[in-house]
Amino acid sequence: MSNLSIALVGNPNCGKTALFNQLTGGRQKVANYAGVTVERKEGSFRAPSGRRVQVLDLPGAYSLNATSPDEAITRDVCMGLLDDVSPELLVCVVDATNLRLHLRFVLELRQLGRPMVVALNMSDAAKRRGIRIDRERLQSELGCPVVDTIAIRKGGAAELITRLDADGPFETPAAAPVDDLHGEVARILREAVDVPRRTAAVDDALDRVLLHPVAGLLILAVTMFLMFQAVYAWATPFADGIDAGIGLLADGVARFMPDGLLKSLVTDGLLAGIGGVVVFLPQILILFLFILILEESGYLPRAAFLLDRLMVGAGLTGRSFIPLLSSFACAIPGIMAARTIQDPRDRLATILVAPLMTCSARLPVYALLIGAFIPSQSVGGLFNLQGVVLFVLYVAGILSALVVAYVMKMLSRDTAEHALLLELPSYRVPSPRDIALGLWERGGIFIRRVGTIILSLTIILWLLSTFPAPPAGATGPAIDYSLAGRIGHWMEPIFAPIGFNWQICIALIPGLAAREVAVSALATVYSISAADDLAAQQLTPLISSQWSIATALSLLAWYVFAPQCLSTLAVIRRETNSWKTVGLATGYLFGLAYLASLLVYQIARLWL
Amino acid sequence: MKLSDLRVGDSGVVEAVDTQADPDPIATRLGELGFVSGEPVRLVARGPLGGDPLLIQVGFTRFALRRAEAERVQLVNGAGASDE
Repeated sequence: MSNLSIALVGNPNCGKTALFNQLTGGRQKVANYAGVTVERKEGSFRAPSGRRVQVLDLPGAYSLNATSPDEAITRDVCMGLLDDVSPELLVCVVDATNLRLHLRFVLELRQLGRPMVVALNMSDAAKRRGIRIDRERLQSELGCPVVDTIAIRKGGAAELITRLDADGPFETPAAAPVDDLHGEVARILREAVDVPRRTAAVDDALDRVLLHPVAGLLILAVTMFLMFQAVYAWATPFADGIDAGIGLLADGVARFMPDGLLKSLVTDGLLAGIGGVVVFLPQILILFLFILILEESGYLPRAAFLLDRLMVGAGLTGRSFIPLLSSFACAIPGIMAARTIQDPRDRLATILVAPLMTCSARLPVYALLIGAFIPSQSVGGLFNLQGVVLFVLYVAGILSALVVAYVMKMLSRDTAEHALLLELPSYRVPSPRDIALGLWERGGIFIRRVGTIILSLTIILWLLSTFPAPPAGATGPAIDYSLAGRIGHWMEPIFAPIGFNWQICIALIPGLAAREVAVSALATVYSISAADDLAAQQLTPLISSQWSIATALSLLAWYVFAPQCLSTLAVIRRETNSWKTVGLATGYLFGLAYLASLLVYQIARLWL
Repeated sequence: MKLSDLRVGDSGVVEAVDTQADPDPIATRLGELGFVSGEPVRLVARGPLGGDPLLIQVGFTRFALRRAEAERVQLVNGAGASDE
């Protein structure tokens, strides 16, 4: 039998992606549509007859009258405007418990005259709620085949697959144009559907608590607190395991490879650089586990609802909440999560301030400097001064993000109104398969990034700090003679006003690859050859005796703002498709970093 | 009376959606989401800060609308009721 290509189309929250997972399982790939950052999810499966069915999961849309890049893609594919994407059959997925809204889109699509099948999804939930649907009647009213699906149950797509396996050609004559689509939906519902109650009782009960002005905010705060605890606590054993594994690998390589440049490239360059980033994989996966569960359950839009007013005041939107939350682990998944914000201005503002959230890669730097310079004394008999400084650094990040977003809103002279219009879907129990596939997808993106961008940067930085080699009989550390070392000396006059010596300047260069690299780079510069942890321990007395406290505070302020993370800049480039945005982010973050360090250094020099 | 004037728990019936500009994509979208003449609506909840945004039940669906969006929706006078 010939192959078939289909596209799943439907309103947001119709269970389309769950149906896509049900049909294609693990055989799916995620890319972007040409020229836009709209996710293009494709997969395939083999029907019983042996026919291969290609499945495209289109972004959710309320209407063909598109209001976001996502909806524009769906419109273009449905109307056959994209040359490289032309599915033979549209499978229009509707939530059987939400027909009042979803059938309107079906009627709109029917007017296109494309071959179409309607999948009545969540038919089990509809039955439980006592919603009775006369399928024969619905089929004749819509003028196209209607099948039942339960996307979250094994075998729940059997009826749809049988339908797709039938002999084509699939034809659906265009429906006559209707002016009042909503009126038509209301008429069809009266004829074919019996609904005892408009909402699910459980949704009403949950919303009464979760959206309560006091209880709702409290539950949100506790949920977020537990999530952060889990990200740090649960990830530690896995991260330690990865660390130990890479350490063993490096030891093995060190034993079997002859000394020389190649060995240095593999151990100091590749293993140290890649290992330093892969270590964050457990944190990222745990964070995404929480986000996916919250998303699948329907809670995330509720959090956006509770916080919208606060975020709007700062020039963001309630939808910015999740991307910014993710950025506390790492700005990269945070910036990727900004895809869920439809409004382009809100999305850009969110992406630009995401690097200000204190990501986990800043912790090693903060820990080193606080340990070396801030005395461990109690404040007001209750708090530890070191802990207070760490807290202040977190708060500084959050406050500056709000201020930056506010200033951007003021400067943009954009007076257009930006809508919220956010659907709060029914609560659902998350399906383990959909969560697992989501984690697999996110983990894959992260690993690919490590394998491409970070790998090449690591090699470049290793080259810079290794060549040219020191002349024979040189006494100073090798890095002093390398290109990176010379750049460090050139940079010193620029950074003198903020109190950085040439050693710090050198460390900032490899530290561009990832923030925590600065710690090991400083150790190298101070020519201590030891493992990372040990180096940090010996580094502490060294820098505390050589640096002034003003320099240390200035470096802390630098790290609150400076985009010492090329991967973040690379992901901004990929997500916005614009070098201008990357330039803007780099410029303002370095500018703020320099300004903050200058203020801190000059004030601290006078007062401390 | 406007949709934004409802009290939490109160219901009303949509009379029309005002267009505040030409074209007004927000008004168009409100219509597509089901805010059309004769449709019953209910204010389910308000946001914790300043009573904004508003959570509106329309058809079988709940939408969060900011006040400026809800102000576009005119309700039939006198058709309100304190519960469904």
